[in-house]
Amino acid sequence: MDKTIPTLAEAVAGIGDGATVMIGGFGGSGAPIELIHALIDRHVATGHPTGLTVINNNAGNGHVGLAALIEHGMVKKLICSFPRSADPVVFTEMYLAGKIELELVPQGTLAERIRAGGAGIPAFYTPTAYGTDLSHGKKIEEFDGRPYVQERWLKADFALIKAHVGDTHGNLTYRAAARNFNPLMATAAKQTIVQVSHLVPPGTIDPETVITPGIFVQSVVQVTNPQQEEVLNRAKAVYP
Amino acid sequence: MTKLSNAQIAWRAAQDIEDGAYVNLGIGFPEMVAQYQPPGRQAIFHTENGILDFGPSPAVGAEDWDLINAGKKAVTLNPGAAFFHHADSFAMVRGGHLDVAILGAYQVAQNGDLANWSVGAKGVPAVGGAMDLVHGAKRVAVITEHVTKDGKPKLLAACTLPLTGVACVTRIYTSLAVIDIVDGHFVLREKLASLTFDDLQSQTGAPLHLDGPVQDLTVPELS
Repeated sequence: MDKTIPTLAEAVAGIGDGATVMIGGFGGSGAPIELIHALIDRHVATGHPTGLTVINNNAGNGHVGLAALIEHGMVKKLICSFPRSADPVVFTEMYLAGKIELELVPQGTLAERIRAGGAGIPAFYTPTAYGTDLSHGKKIEEFDGRPYVQERWLKADFALIKAHVGDTHGNLTYRAAARNFNPLMATAAKQTIVQVSHLVPPGTIDPETVITPGIFVQSVVQVTNPQQEEVLNRAKAVYP
Repeated sequence: MTKLSNAQIAWRAAQDIEDGAYVNLGIGFPEMVAQYQPPGRQAIFHTENGILDFGPSPAVGAEDWDLINAGKKAVTLNPGAAFFHHADSFAMVRGGHLDVAILGAYQVAQNGDLANWSVGAKGVPAVGGAMDLVHGAKRVAVITEHVTKDGKPKLLAACTLPLTGVACVTRIYTSLAVIDIVDGHFVLREKLASLTFDDLQSQTGAPLHLDGPVQDLTVPELS
């Protein structure tokens, strides 16, 4: 078994127009910048993919990574909890111009919807957002005398995630707080595409330390020394 | 003293955090509370993006951008820190495992309703983890100026801004007073000695109740 893909371009080649794509990361931490940029490269060369629905905690920062994906007009809808950042100009202008749709989801509900999607649980109840504008139209039910909001699972056609060490079976470990949404998204997509900073043979990662077991991963591409969004933004980088 | 500074409000809130408590501080002003832990006590701070027991920011140039807090600022780790993914992080939040959450506020109602995520204006709405954090912590406290910049009460009979959560706040530390929420009422616990009860009531948008003696709100001079 070998899930490795030699190039970033091949890793993202199957993502078509209108796909739903989960993108890991919290701000720049754990964001698969190189996979996102490979998708932009394809759009620059071929005009595709477009009309994507993207699920991420944020809406990008500056003009790299997710912000660049949005800036290229490839995203029709964003599902996220916090579409603000140090430099949110790209999303803000698109949103206020009515060029991108936003589904705002509380952060813990977003995480749990993704987990539910990956675990085959179509809906669940949470206290979060009860009595607020973000529970409008949702089913409310009482359990032990307290009201809860019904929320639905989230699933995707593709997940683009970033891990630290991965083996050819797709077993993954993460680095520090770069874990965040990545292990959840890996479970909730039909095709999970991972960029790993270190690709190793099977048996190298201690099974006790595997965070994402390979069953959740379809493609692994190695990106040594990945770029950090924060560093790119401090250098005022614009992609491409 | 006519009112407390933000640092002094944060200091007062920090005095109520027990040794060993698991605490989430909202981004911005509430982050200051971590600076004023009483000597001999150690709280363990939780950040939504997956760290327990993080410490202060590193020196400029020593940042690790995989090691950030919910406000996306670089942090450091204390001995005994742990990483986890977002679903585990919010299990800690909603599952009742945090002892204290300390949040900022636009408005708090006498029944404990909190409004702190949207001023209702046009623009880009953003909620982050605020609506999750108000559920599950054993104590949900607010730190805030007592009134808005133009002198209007922030403690109200009912919030007029979009709600973050219903009946969730248990204690409010303001620039003038410490107030508990008990059975749908504001109960005054401490106030600045320089302020009469009537002065305080006139700056509060719902009745202040008394339940036992009101202590003087005393804090050290802080820079």
